[in-house]
Amino acid sequence: MTTQAAETPVAAPAAVRRSRLSLSVSLPVLWLGAAALATIFSAYLPMPDPFRQSLLRTLQSPSPTNLFGTDSLGRDVLARSILGLRVSLVVGLGSVLFGFALGGALGLVSGFFRGRVDFWISAAMTLILSFPPLVLAIAIMSYAGPSLGLVIFTLGLLFVPAFARITRANTLSLADREFVLAARAMGMRNGRILLQEILPNLVAPLIAYGMLMVAVAIIGEAALSFLGLSVPPPQPTLGGMVAAERANLLDAPWAVFGPSLFLFLTVLSLNVAGDQLQRRIDQREAAL
Amino acid sequence: MPDQTLSSVAPQSDATVLEVQDLTKTFALAGGQRLQAVAGISFQIAAGETLGLVGESGCGKTTVGRALMALPPPSSGEVILEGTPLSRLSAAELRAIRPRMQMVFQDPISSLNPKRTIADIVAAPLVVAGGLNRRQRDERVREMLDAVGLDPGTVWDRRPHELSGGQCQRVSVARALILNPRLLVCDEPVSSLDVSVQAQILNLLEDAKARFGLTMLFIAHDLAVVKNISDRVAVMYLGKICEVAPAARLYSQAAHPYTVALLASVPDPGTDFGRRFARVIEGEIPSPLDPPSGCRFRTRCPKATAQCAVEEPRLRPAGENHVVACHHPEH
Repeated sequence: MTTQAAETPVAAPAAVRRSRLSLSVSLPVLWLGAAALATIFSAYLPMPDPFRQSLLRTLQSPSPTNLFGTDSLGRDVLARSILGLRVSLVVGLGSVLFGFALGGALGLVSGFFRGRVDFWISAAMTLILSFPPLVLAIAIMSYAGPSLGLVIFTLGLLFVPAFARITRANTLSLADREFVLAARAMGMRNGRILLQEILPNLVAPLIAYGMLMVAVAIIGEAALSFLGLSVPPPQPTLGGMVAAERANLLDAPWAVFGPSLFLFLTVLSLNVAGDQLQRRIDQREAAL
Repeated sequence: MPDQTLSSVAPQSDATVLEVQDLTKTFALAGGQRLQAVAGISFQIAAGETLGLVGESGCGKTTVGRALMALPPPSSGEVILEGTPLSRLSAAELRAIRPRMQMVFQDPISSLNPKRTIADIVAAPLVVAGGLNRRQRDERVREMLDAVGLDPGTVWDRRPHELSGGQCQRVSVARALILNPRLLVCDEPVSSLDVSVQAQILNLLEDAKARFGLTMLFIAHDLAVVKNISDRVAVMYLGKICEVAPAARLYSQAAHPYTVALLASVPDPGTDFGRRFARVIEGEIPSPLDPPSGCRFRTRCPKATAQCAVEEPRLRPAGENHVVACHHPEH
């Protein structure tokens, strides 16, 4: 086939410049990676059994055998904190994924089809938002009884409106772009337009937001477990450990500080890394 | 693409490819107001013809282009594509006929999905239409990119933001033409491009038209752009057509005062319109929410009389192939 129009030169892609990884990215990623590995492979770590009680060794201060000391039942605080962190991470990721999937789907449908569908979905989201979140979570948990699945569901439900609204707002503006009209003009069906044309443009902002929400979910879980409304014992949870040992705060602060430190570092890492991710995505979008 | 297939869709000179009958488009606004963006317009485009559609921003020309593509469908009136009235088609039948008419959009960046590669974008119509395997599709995409002057090897895996506006518009043209449409609607395809690039894209469209046997509706607000590419030009004002004439005739013997004023405002040193009609259009286009009674142009027309406020002028002949909607045409 002969060339109809003169070739137009297309610039070669700029060489990808590797910017030096700043501490505000590498430290949080390092902590989160270590936390994930430690919780996944906790059984293989050279640590005391987190469930073994020893009434002769209660409230021991930190030592080479018990790096974070022992609690009022003589159990190793570090080993229990790692198990508690596992619950935090599972609940944080699980509830955000749940909210992401359900809220994202609702927002996509509501922003794309608009009209009556949009009205009812938005009304339902406003309804959920009008409950004080922690009160709603406490109500559900105390009515249905604590379990891991229910904690994930309850916290996830609370995230649905936020994800739905962000997805809806982005979908509204994307659906007006001419590439969506072009897709319609070629006879593409709505389902395919949603999944192939609109969804790929939504993923980046939602992931950044999701990372920040994992931190919120972890704090929410800690609050619930502090109240005894999260995963039931004997499974340790960070909030539950703080609640159980808070009476010994003066004699054995390590029993409270151990789980608190884990909670603090994890939430801080998620927030800092999530902020950085969000900033990068905003810059990229602005460059388009 | 073998050339026999191309010649099979070459225009038969006498056939009408597109007929638009009394098309209106009304939008419901918040607060119960209704905005009639297009107030009943009719025209035909013969096979192989290019009809230019010009008017100021907000006159409804983009709405016409989208309504006749059923994006979304018009509020009333009929669009007949190659003898098929679109309003009578089911959703599936409409999807099936869509490849016969394609569109090139105004904003070259917005009309390409930023997350997809150029090859994916150009191949998308083939995927939707089905019937070709991956290798055949790649082959067609390569030919099409070549035809619009892009090197397939270089742009294949690029994304739209890595290309210039003119290059993006070439991708749009490739995507629009890959299914061999009969009708190509160009909605201000060059108005957001640099002047030097405008000429390249216009040449590309002219080439494509000749090569693929296209019939075109070319929407623009720039008379100079429309002049060279169109066989006939329709002038729109506030949702209505006020004059249609062959391009050469419109530019030399415009009959509607609005067309005259538009031509007078083209800063072209080659014409003497500026001196002959030393009057430039004044004021702003009235709101389509509350259009003037009678002739819609009367509020800005230097020749307006009492009759213009009462009686709406109909399109009537003003020469060969030339119609005008005015009570007091120039000739």
